[in-house]
Amino acid sequence: MPTPTLPNLALACTALLRRDLTLAMRHRGEMANPLLFFVLVVSLFPLGLGPDSQTLQTIAPGVIWVAALLAALLSLEGIFRSDFEDGSLEQLLLSPHPAALLVLTKVIAHWLVSGLPLILVAPLLGVLLNLPTAAMGALLASLALGTPVLSLIGAIGVALTVGLRRGGVLLSLLVLPLYVPVLIFAASAVADAGIGLAITAQLYFLGALLALALTLAPLAAAAALRISVS
Amino acid sequence: MPAPVELMDPTTANPSALATAPDRFEAHDLHCIRHDRSLFAGLNFSLTAGQIIQIEGPNGSGKTSLLRMLCGLLQPAQGEVRWRGVDIQAQRAEFLADVAYIGHLHGIKEDLSPRENLRMAQALGRTRNDISLDRALEHVGLYGFEDLPSRTLSAGQRRRVALARLLVLDARVWVLDEPFTALDRSGKALIESMLEAHSRNGGIAIITTHQPVELTQCALLSLQLAA
Repeated sequence: MPTPTLPNLALACTALLRRDLTLAMRHRGEMANPLLFFVLVVSLFPLGLGPDSQTLQTIAPGVIWVAALLAALLSLEGIFRSDFEDGSLEQLLLSPHPAALLVLTKVIAHWLVSGLPLILVAPLLGVLLNLPTAAMGALLASLALGTPVLSLIGAIGVALTVGLRRGGVLLSLLVLPLYVPVLIFAASAVADAGIGLAITAQLYFLGALLALALTLAPLAAAAALRISVS
Repeated sequence: MPAPVELMDPTTANPSALATAPDRFEAHDLHCIRHDRSLFAGLNFSLTAGQIIQIEGPNGSGKTSLLRMLCGLLQPAQGEVRWRGVDIQAQRAEFLADVAYIGHLHGIKEDLSPRENLRMAQALGRTRNDISLDRALEHVGLYGFEDLPSRTLSAGQRRRVALARLLVLDARVWVLDEPFTALDRSGKALIESMLEAHSRNGGIAIITTHQPVELTQCALLSLQLAA
């Protein structure tokens, strides 16, 4: 007597995560794009400004963070675009599982392929810009807390604009203002660490933003996706 | 290719479902407004276990909108869709576990193989475990294509991958939007045999198509949407 296998949320999320990572691996070129952009932008600054180590040191936190933010913006569309175009998104929303958790899974997959690589190459770029060793830890910590927030907030923007034919500009306008707090606190954490100040306040703030984004962004993005597909 | 009907009957299973579930799928006073145009209003119908309905109407009469409404992708401007007597918006998860939808877009990832695509569909829904993935793919005529990237398949073969989803999922209600598109004659016969088996098993199906549907073993209801 065959019995149906009931929907299993954990199974669905792992399958979705694995699917998105597999797809990313099959598009390695696309995956490398934001990373390449990040490295190129940051490494152009020493060439443009000259090798004066003092200047570079001063601008390093801001430059690295602005580049990370733009790289994140560049990769955002990928979260839902292809799923929207081939109908997979409809199937996701028609799954009996909570859409917000499926969305969160997709954002995690996106962060693993677009955010995590930025964190891994950031120390190298820090060296390139003569960032003090004392600030390296702060750079990594701020990126680890900040880049997931960028992906989560970005997911709301993409979910809202994915149904539009030319949503790119609108996406930047929607999302960039929301990125500003992350940029301010993260860059100031790195700069303060460089001159030996305590940075716990900034890190706590970034942590709070991450907690807020983790809990609310998937709900908002799922609601926006329902509007986009209807 | 042997006639798909003889190949196997995946839906002979589950006789108990017929006895226990009072499946009833109702559209109650549905009103659809798209882009400031009223497409249809006061639409009612009711389907019970084993019934199959074909929605007909000229282009732009709201067939696709109606189907998307019936599976909950689109909110009706007025009225409600009921499954087992309850508004589907009030029981999303329960209803969605019972419904399978194939729209104009197949929901097939081109960079994944048919097997990987089906595995994903299984993970997302309620699966029947009396039919293996390979059997389902074989049944829709994709034997030997299981592990090729779907982008190398033809349009008709991709549609067949989507059809295989119906076989591996344990859905009571099938919502199929123009299922015959891109399919050859044997593909059309395949869908017809799948619909008959689904009906025999107490399933409900709602389809739109401009082609005549030839069902020999069960009745086909029809609903006409005005232009």
